[in-house]
Amino acid sequence: MDAKVFDRGDIDIAWCPGCGNYAILRTLREALAELDVDPRQLVMVSGIGQAAKAPHYLRAHVFNGLHGRALPPATAIKAANPSLTVIAESGDGDMYGEGGNHFIHCIRRNPDITNIVHNNMVYGLTKGQASPTSPIGLKTPVQVDGVHLEPFNPVAVAIALDASFVARANAQDREQTKELMKKAIAHRGYALLDVFQPCVTYNKLNTYQWFKAHTYYLDESHDPRDRTAAFRRALERDRLPLGVFYVSPEKPTFEDNAGLYREDPRPLYQRDIDLARLRDLVQSFEAGT
Amino acid sequence: MGSAMRDRSNGDISVVLCGQAGQGVQTVEFLLTRLMSRAGYQVFATKEYMSRIRGGANSTTIRVSDRPVAGAVDRIDLLIPLNEGAVEHVVSRISARTVVLGERQITGDVPVLRACTFFDVPFTAIASAIGNKLYSNVVAVGAIAGLLGIGAEHLRASVRHFFAGKPSGVVEDNVRAADEGYAAVAKVDLPHELTLSEPNRVPARGELLLNGGEAVGMGAIAGGCNFVSSYPMSPSTPVLTFLAQQAKNFGTIVEQAEDEIAAVNMAIGAWYAGARALVTTSGGGFALMTEGLSLAGMLESPLVIHLAQRPGPATGLPTRTEQADLEMAVYAGHGEFPRIILAPGTLADGFHLTQRAFDLADKYQVPVFILTDQYYIDSYYSTPAFELSRIGVEKHIVNTSRDYRRYESGATGVSPRGVPGYGEGLVVVDSDEHDEEGHITEDAQLRVRMVDKRLAKGVSLLRDAVPPELVGPPDYRNLVICWGSTYHAVKEAVSRLERDDTAMLHYRQVYPVPADTADYLRRAERTVIVEGNATAQFGQLLHLQAGIAVTHQVLNYDGLGFSVERILHRLRDILA
Repeated sequence: MDAKVFDRGDIDIAWCPGCGNYAILRTLREALAELDVDPRQLVMVSGIGQAAKAPHYLRAHVFNGLHGRALPPATAIKAANPSLTVIAESGDGDMYGEGGNHFIHCIRRNPDITNIVHNNMVYGLTKGQASPTSPIGLKTPVQVDGVHLEPFNPVAVAIALDASFVARANAQDREQTKELMKKAIAHRGYALLDVFQPCVTYNKLNTYQWFKAHTYYLDESHDPRDRTAAFRRALERDRLPLGVFYVSPEKPTFEDNAGLYREDPRPLYQRDIDLARLRDLVQSFEAGT
Repeated sequence: MGSAMRDRSNGDISVVLCGQAGQGVQTVEFLLTRLMSRAGYQVFATKEYMSRIRGGANSTTIRVSDRPVAGAVDRIDLLIPLNEGAVEHVVSRISARTVVLGERQITGDVPVLRACTFFDVPFTAIASAIGNKLYSNVVAVGAIAGLLGIGAEHLRASVRHFFAGKPSGVVEDNVRAADEGYAAVAKVDLPHELTLSEPNRVPARGELLLNGGEAVGMGAIAGGCNFVSSYPMSPSTPVLTFLAQQAKNFGTIVEQAEDEIAAVNMAIGAWYAGARALVTTSGGGFALMTEGLSLAGMLESPLVIHLAQRPGPATGLPTRTEQADLEMAVYAGHGEFPRIILAPGTLADGFHLTQRAFDLADKYQVPVFILTDQYYIDSYYSTPAFELSRIGVEKHIVNTSRDYRRYESGATGVSPRGVPGYGEGLVVVDSDEHDEEGHITEDAQLRVRMVDKRLAKGVSLLRDAVPPELVGPPDYRNLVICWGSTYHAVKEAVSRLERDDTAMLHYRQVYPVPADTADYLRRAERTVIVEGNATAQFGQLLHLQAGIAVTHQVLNYDGLGFSVERILHRLRDILA
């Protein structure tokens, strides 16, 4: 399939020139095309922020909800119609800060959705404050003495919660990122893809050059089924690993556990109430029984 | 039945059970109400309980009558204290005419009881002799049945039904416990006014005995609800529990969310994909949902919210009742967008209005509230069969074409709603201001058009407004106004006024206020608002929307809700 099917044509894009978001958007279109995902079966869900605007720049169904709240509706959309491909795409502030509680519990719930997080370690749309993943010492207009808080480690948290798929990419490596996107989307169950990207306007520390110098790809010596090894890799700080850290593919999904699709694949909008059962239920409250 | 009794208790007996949490008051209540119902009487039961799992003092009031009864009363005709301290817990409701059935050894010598008739029945000793002192509750049920002259065959059948599925030894022990309780009062003569007449009826075909939580839960199922996401919070939890237990039977997804924020955002996502979703919550939980409510307003998403009120602010009185979240429901959510608020009065309302809420939400693409409270959710009574023949889900989802635009403009403000995967079009929704396609915009003229479009739905939906119900003479001079759960208590109080110049007006849609309100209010010389809050919230809303101020108020905010007597006394004072 040609990646052009996801092209919305001549639209106004609200990102800064040189932003890492462009590479992620372009790569995602290519990954979706290579997976032959039909735009009519694709729902892009996001919260608020610059990264959260990504769904508007791609031809697909869009649910652009509230700040921090992409994962709950993404979970429900997949549960209401499992034939859809659901991607929740947003930034590090949206997913790990405002939406941190949903991030944790979405992993536990394990819906078959893909969670792509643009991680530039800073807030863009609100103009340069610290994000949950900002490194200690990063000075901002609000964190005037530099960040004191321990950075949130999404990969380690996800592995700790036995997430069914955990990977990290670097946006500027488009080929590797595309392969990781394809794996994440094809994976059955919740898949986290944390994507490093520079913020050219507000983060002068974590630049293109910095990411290049401080990352490396996991090689075949790493077994993604080995949770302890994956956790150890997730804790590395000097050079940050990229690639698939961990998979736990046998876990039943949220939709599996809901149980109602085992014998009947129809999505909820095609179903009707069972009036005979309703009548029986009401009758069970009859007086004198 | 003597006329003396009718004067005193309006043809019914008020039985009050009082004990600690965990002591089985609810078991006695359940057994007794089913037993009375089986024997042909009509029953009403309401409970008050403390926010704890064990200990404390909880009570249940059960009214038994040969006529329909559905309002709470303060009066106690027959008191069954099950623990030390139980009498003290309900002391203000005891009079010299209260008959007490209990164990003197447990209740002790409480001064207020000295003037009462006390039947001392050793429930615990009888239960222990049968083999387990846990049976003492069933001994008490037997004794109550004996005192009230219920046929022993009904007693045994009810006990067997209740314990069905338990080992046969347990069933037979409980039947024996009930029998011995029954026999222990065989020689006792109740005061004449406490003698129930023979029920001159068999239960009407399809007559139901259920509580408000069950009525709302079944109404949701009838409304095609197939997705429930909520976080437990008293007093809304019974609806969540009920739907969870019915989920397999009806193909419903029921998810306990990590918090109310997730719950409401899941529900909106589910509607987006074509489900019919419900959240059930109480004031504090709903406070967390208000941003989501605003999202539903912006996305023009249908949403059904069951909001069961309890006294606030903050944690307030978690297990008590109040009607003080009306203004919050009316005004919650930033920005301007329409909504509908329905407030069931009867159990039939709980069923039919909840069913209707799903169709209204879908039709007008707005949030619809079912506004109840602890009193409504936990009270139950005998009610005529629900009308099921016209139940059918009105779906308002369209098959989209290639050029589909989610927010296409039109006169009613309602745009055809598509769902992803059904048709050729793309469904784009955005919490930002958006264009007709659904994509983000900052165009000022488009902004104005979109606000006007959303608000136009608020006018369109008045076509389906649920009118208020007038009970009493149409040429009234005094109008007693109420809404939601106080329906039966106000109705009974107004009827007991026995005045041909006074009527009741009950609202089951509280927002938007139905258009004929000004006509009703203008016709009255005196108007009395009865509501369970401290600031007459609905009275103020009527003033705002109908332009007429209510002249008198009967308010209650002690957490215990209204009794028929308290409304009656206040109305007598006001209308004297």
